[in-house]
Amino acid sequence: MADLSVVGMLSPSAAPYFGWDLVRDVQELLRYAFMQHAFEAGTVVALTAGVIGYFVVLRGLSFAAHGLSHIGFAGATGAVLLGLPPIVGLLAFTMSAGAVMGALGQRLRGRDVTIGLVMAWSLGLGLLFTALYRGSASRAIGILFGQVFGITGQEVAVTSVAGVLTLLALVIAYRPLLFTTLDQEVAEAKGVPVRGLSIAFMVILAVAVSEAVQVVGVLLIFALIVAPAAIAERVTSRPSHGILVSAALAVLFTWAGLTVAYYVPYPVGFFITTFAFLSYVVARLLSYLGARRTVRPRGWREAQVRHSP
Amino acid sequence: MARSSSPSIVAEGLTAAYGDRLVWQDASFTVNAGEFVAVLGPNGGGKSTLFRLLLGLLSPAAGSLQVLGRRPRRGNPAIGYVPQRRDIDPDLSIRGRDFVHLGVDGSQWGVAIGRSVVDASQRVDRAVDAVQARAYADRPIGRLSGGEQQRLLLAQALAGEPEMLLLDEPLASLDLRNQNVIAELVASLAQANGFTVLLIAHDINPLLPIVDRVLYVAHGGLAIGKPDEVITSERLSRLYDAPIEVLQDSHGHMFVVGLEAESAHHDG
Repeated sequence: MADLSVVGMLSPSAAPYFGWDLVRDVQELLRYAFMQHAFEAGTVVALTAGVIGYFVVLRGLSFAAHGLSHIGFAGATGAVLLGLPPIVGLLAFTMSAGAVMGALGQRLRGRDVTIGLVMAWSLGLGLLFTALYRGSASRAIGILFGQVFGITGQEVAVTSVAGVLTLLALVIAYRPLLFTTLDQEVAEAKGVPVRGLSIAFMVILAVAVSEAVQVVGVLLIFALIVAPAAIAERVTSRPSHGILVSAALAVLFTWAGLTVAYYVPYPVGFFITTFAFLSYVVARLLSYLGARRTVRPRGWREAQVRHSP
Repeated sequence: MARSSSPSIVAEGLTAAYGDRLVWQDASFTVNAGEFVAVLGPNGGGKSTLFRLLLGLLSPAAGSLQVLGRRPRRGNPAIGYVPQRRDIDPDLSIRGRDFVHLGVDGSQWGVAIGRSVVDASQRVDRAVDAVQARAYADRPIGRLSGGEQQRLLLAQALAGEPEMLLLDEPLASLDLRNQNVIAELVASLAQANGFTVLLIAHDINPLLPIVDRVLYVAHGGLAIGKPDEVITSERLSRLYDAPIEVLQDSHGHMFVVGLEAESAHHDG
């Protein structure tokens, strides 16, 4: 991962501008290798986050996912302290914490205080590791807020492999995972390995979270894993459509954030979270207005149809 | 549907326990194929435990148990199971139809592709029609009424094309009219398809016109028989080891008196 100097914005000599010629705009956006890598890694991460996020929201694990990313912060800074790549520490910490969370299963629900405490302590540990490292704080800030413009070609390759494996695991587990998520008791009686799936899911989530940390960082993970899925859940009540909408939105937020951050000298994490937040507000507003508008007229229309000859 | 006339459930000297904690013991009974049995008894008496044994989720502590001619095993596709009505999150944005769909192929790995998608959706349609839930099957299940949810959960069990239905308190938290409607629906489905049905209930009255026999689970033991054989002052007093009185009104409704004090004492 690169230095903080590129987190926000690179200042190219010829000031880029955004016009109505889309082909030229895309060429401009992908002119530099750092932007190509950002778009490649960002797309893979967003797809994975959007798909797994749908299950995170459905399983009521949003806060656990958030906590997982904070545990990753301790791992990432610890790895830096030991001279290892941050992703190694991220994966080690999130995957072991994920396995424990998965083993707890249903008992994890409503454990906000416990998760919150572990989360706070992990941030504290990360702070200690950063202090012990005595280097600049920029690496820690990069882990907290992401540094998608600093991703190397090699990291893109690693991220892509991890992303493909994550998606493949979710495709294989799709039906039993949906079954235990929606109806655990019946799934168990029907022979679905409920506990095994719970652990496997949290480990897969740990990998997805670790990938996403590269783009949006530990603190902004909600924007890619939870927000798109939460919006999708309001837009459609079909699981398959929900997953597609969630993945599409995550990719959209990421592309939009990267594009705006290329032209405007403010951090990309701000733009991605802003798009996610505003879309969520709009989705809530629309479903609120929709509910208000349709409740009575729908009943009325049905009555009309039923009574017409 | 071809069906063997051998009994659906055979229990001999069956004992249920969680670790050291004995639930009930030495129960011997037979449930015949196509029979409709109401399972009654106080809370914590071990009614749901009986279901866990039949589903293969709990092993007998002693004795033997045969379900549909075999030892119980988890994931038996011949059993349709509806657990005690869970409170479905009203915000859960999943169609009733998707819930039913889980009963068709929810335990298979991977995603459905090709021909099996069409087959599955036809099975879902049939199950939804069987419980007359077509009108609201495409709405989010969290928004439906208790009776509507109960129909769809029943449809989920039917979608697995079972031979036996285990229904845990399907009438709980329904109003009186819906209790009767759901009870009659289950009875007509059972008759049309030859299902063996075990249905856990608190109140026998909505079930009196349709049950063949009653299985009473209380105080460490089981008693089975026709309603007017089992639900008598004498049998229940012996089962509970406490004075119990059974009253009947002019419509034949049965009222068990003396349980409130007993169960309060027991739960306390």
